[in-house]
Amino acid sequence: MAQAAATVFRGLSGLRQWAAHPRTGGMLALAAVIALLPLALSNNYFYEIAILVALNAIVCVGLNLLIGYAGQISLGHAGFFALGGYGSAIPSASHGWPPWLALPMSCALVGLLAYIVGRPTLRLKGHTLAMATLGLGIIISIVLSTEDRITGGPDGMAVPALALFGKVIRGESTWYWICGAALLLSVWLALNLIESPTGRALRALHGSEIAAETLGIDSARFKLQVFVISAVFAAIAGALTAHYAGFITPAKASFMHSVELVIMVVFGGMASIFGAVVGAVVLTTLPQMLTALKDYEMMVFGAVLIATMVFFPQGIVPTLGRRLGWGGK
Amino acid sequence: MHSQWLQYVASGLTVGAIYALVALGFSIIFNASGAINFAQGEFVMIGGMSAVTLVGAGLPLAAALPLAILAAVMVGLLLEKLAIEPARHADTVTLIIITIGASLLLRGIAQVLWDKRVHSLPAFSGDAPLRFMGATVLPQSLWVLGGAALAVAALSWFFGRTLFGKAMLATSYNPLAARLVGINTRAVLFASFGLAAMLGGLGGVLIAPIAFTSYDAGIMLGLKGFAAAMLGGLGSFSGAVLGGLLLGLAEGLGAGFVSSAYKDAIAFVIILGVLFFLPRGLLGAGRSDRV
Amino acid sequence: MTLLAVHNVCKAFGGLHAIEGVSFDIRRGAVHSIIGPNGAGKTTLLNMLSGVDVPDSGQIRLDGRDLTGQATHRFAAAGIARTFQNLQVFFNMTALENVMTGRHLREPCSLLAALLRTPALARAERACRDVARRLLQRVGLADYEQARADAMPYGALKRLEIARSLACEPQLLLLDEPAAGLNQTEARAIDALIKHLAADGTTVILVEHNMRLVMEVSDHVLVLDHGRKLAEGAPAQIAHDPRVIEAYLGVESALPSHA
Repeated sequence: MAQAAATVFRGLSGLRQWAAHPRTGGMLALAAVIALLPLALSNNYFYEIAILVALNAIVCVGLNLLIGYAGQISLGHAGFFALGGYGSAIPSASHGWPPWLALPMSCALVGLLAYIVGRPTLRLKGHTLAMATLGLGIIISIVLSTEDRITGGPDGMAVPALALFGKVIRGESTWYWICGAALLLSVWLALNLIESPTGRALRALHGSEIAAETLGIDSARFKLQVFVISAVFAAIAGALTAHYAGFITPAKASFMHSVELVIMVVFGGMASIFGAVVGAVVLTTLPQMLTALKDYEMMVFGAVLIATMVFFPQGIVPTLGRRLGWGGK
Repeated sequence: MHSQWLQYVASGLTVGAIYALVALGFSIIFNASGAINFAQGEFVMIGGMSAVTLVGAGLPLAAALPLAILAAVMVGLLLEKLAIEPARHADTVTLIIITIGASLLLRGIAQVLWDKRVHSLPAFSGDAPLRFMGATVLPQSLWVLGGAALAVAALSWFFGRTLFGKAMLATSYNPLAARLVGINTRAVLFASFGLAAMLGGLGGVLIAPIAFTSYDAGIMLGLKGFAAAMLGGLGSFSGAVLGGLLLGLAEGLGAGFVSSAYKDAIAFVIILGVLFFLPRGLLGAGRSDRV
Repeated sequence: MTLLAVHNVCKAFGGLHAIEGVSFDIRRGAVHSIIGPNGAGKTTLLNMLSGVDVPDSGQIRLDGRDLTGQATHRFAAAGIARTFQNLQVFFNMTALENVMTGRHLREPCSLLAALLRTPALARAERACRDVARRLLQRVGLADYEQARADAMPYGALKRLEIARSLACEPQLLLLDEPAAGLNQTEARAIDALIKHLAADGTTVILVEHNMRLVMEVSDHVLVLDHGRKLAEGAPAQIAHDPRVIEAYLGVESALPSHA
């Protein structure tokens, strides 16, 4: 009898450990939320918000790898988001490419661009890096706005619907599942990365770049890797957004948008993948709930940002997590 | 052709003088804290918008302008006390993000306090354009250039001749040593924000008659002023002035001869060039870490 | 047998000549110490030997290979590891993760494998964890395995850096003041550790102020003063070298020597 009890107990504590581990327990919780949320979504408007949240979360997870784990900064990530969208929109709208081909091509091209500009850019640190990424983002938004024959100019352009295996993807419900799955996939990839030698190399770079180098970590190479990955995440989200909305404008590449993304990452948690998701959730739904107070949105965002960085410099989730005694991630 | 050149040079130098003032503000705060104040452009906006409100309320320009600059200074000091000081030991990225938050906050408040429209200020000495070597120069341009030159001269005197100014310089070279000789570095930081806000506010009131002003006028001015500061070398005062003027010139000539649609991009292309090939800027000095 | 050959290296910072024309050889398997008064240039020299700083002139050859001017991570790849005078621990990780990071060069991993967490990678991670665990035990930090580095005491962090550098399985280990700030007991533990390392065949270069440690542990001592080599030789020789005594103490007396 005692033997059986002991085995059950060991099994249960093993299960508890498995559940507490972010890659398993956290993923399971996220999957459960995504699967069960539709029960609470009563109309298309709420589905739309959920979709926007998921798409923002995908960008944030990638950006969090760059800012929170690797300790870099990008004030121009909206540029990659928008390029992902336009890169899929232009071939499919103006040149007859099927969207299921244009989308991955666009993301691959954005990755390539990130690789090319990343090499010189990531040699910079701190405020010079911030300024360089900011400059890149603004140049992208200006080009998108000015080359109106290709991009439709400041008013934007229409984007054809996405079709897979001949079937057009339509309806909030379908898009919800697609974006939910994409989010789950990006979180899984990010969690895997963090717990790998590559992830440790990134965190080492943040901890002490000099020490990391003396351990053989080629800081330039790893910074570039995480920069490209975060750019591709942003591009995927941007392309999905474009096809979902059926429309895209250069405002998606604006400095404001880049700042909003940084706010979500910083608020939710530096070096916390689920924190990035929480940040996206809170800061995407908050303005929607405060539509009556639309005029005060900027003010509130600014105040939130300041308060978070002064009182919770690590972000909400890691700080709360530490208070509640959870482990990292 | 000759007069066209002169035209572009004149307008370029005018806006360049404003960039120089903003750039000086960046350098002063950078020297005092190592941080980039992304809210710098907002000081310009506050100067301009406050002046518009005061003039609209009936005050004569001679009273409205200094009061508007004072308003910017007050905001700058408040910002330092409420947002910067509590986080003064944080790392660079954190401080950058805080000032971005401050910029949003100030713009948000401006949006609510004023409105989203574009406003303008009457020119200080009228709109009758002056002819100079075939080019048309607005009298306000002379005010801008003169005002900026005066500010720069006053700053040189302040940093070179007054005790507090020298204390501020000392803090920028070595904060620890400055504290050890009794310089109150927190007061220096406080004053830096006030000074930077004053310069920004001055720029705002000077340029409002020409370029108009609105709640979001600060964004681009701030970013370009920062670009100018980096061009000249962050932390260097002569660099800030040089960078501002050069950037203004590049924009004026570029807009005139190359493409006016891409005018705004010029500043950022230049800044990328500087960052990649000359990261310390034209006149800046570098800092190194000890391991 | 020479493992490291340093020839005529110079390094200046602005007008300050930190190291001028220093040459020496490091014998394989021996414990070499570099001593000298503060400001003599010891850390600068160590920085050059680990690739953190690039010499203005001169050569550094490891096993005949010229490493001069290469990027820092290439020095590590060549088999040189180091600890730091001002701790450069990864405070954003646990002790175990710090040491696991030291295995970077020994456990290569492709980006794709990392993203997908292949079974091969999972196995390699488990092996890496075991190696790291054993290294922590070796330096006496078994209890701190899951502790966050930013919660560990100073003495433990010094040992953590050593464990991390050992994880690289280096040919040459550079220790920059490993006993600084430690009490007698802790310093003796470091002493014992260094002796073990030497016995295992690791070549060690030690920068230290703790003379007792230096005399007990070294096979060879190099004395720097004002950026130049003042003297070199066996510990006993150095302890009685009048030039060394003068540089350190300014008066005639003997340095403590291993009795």
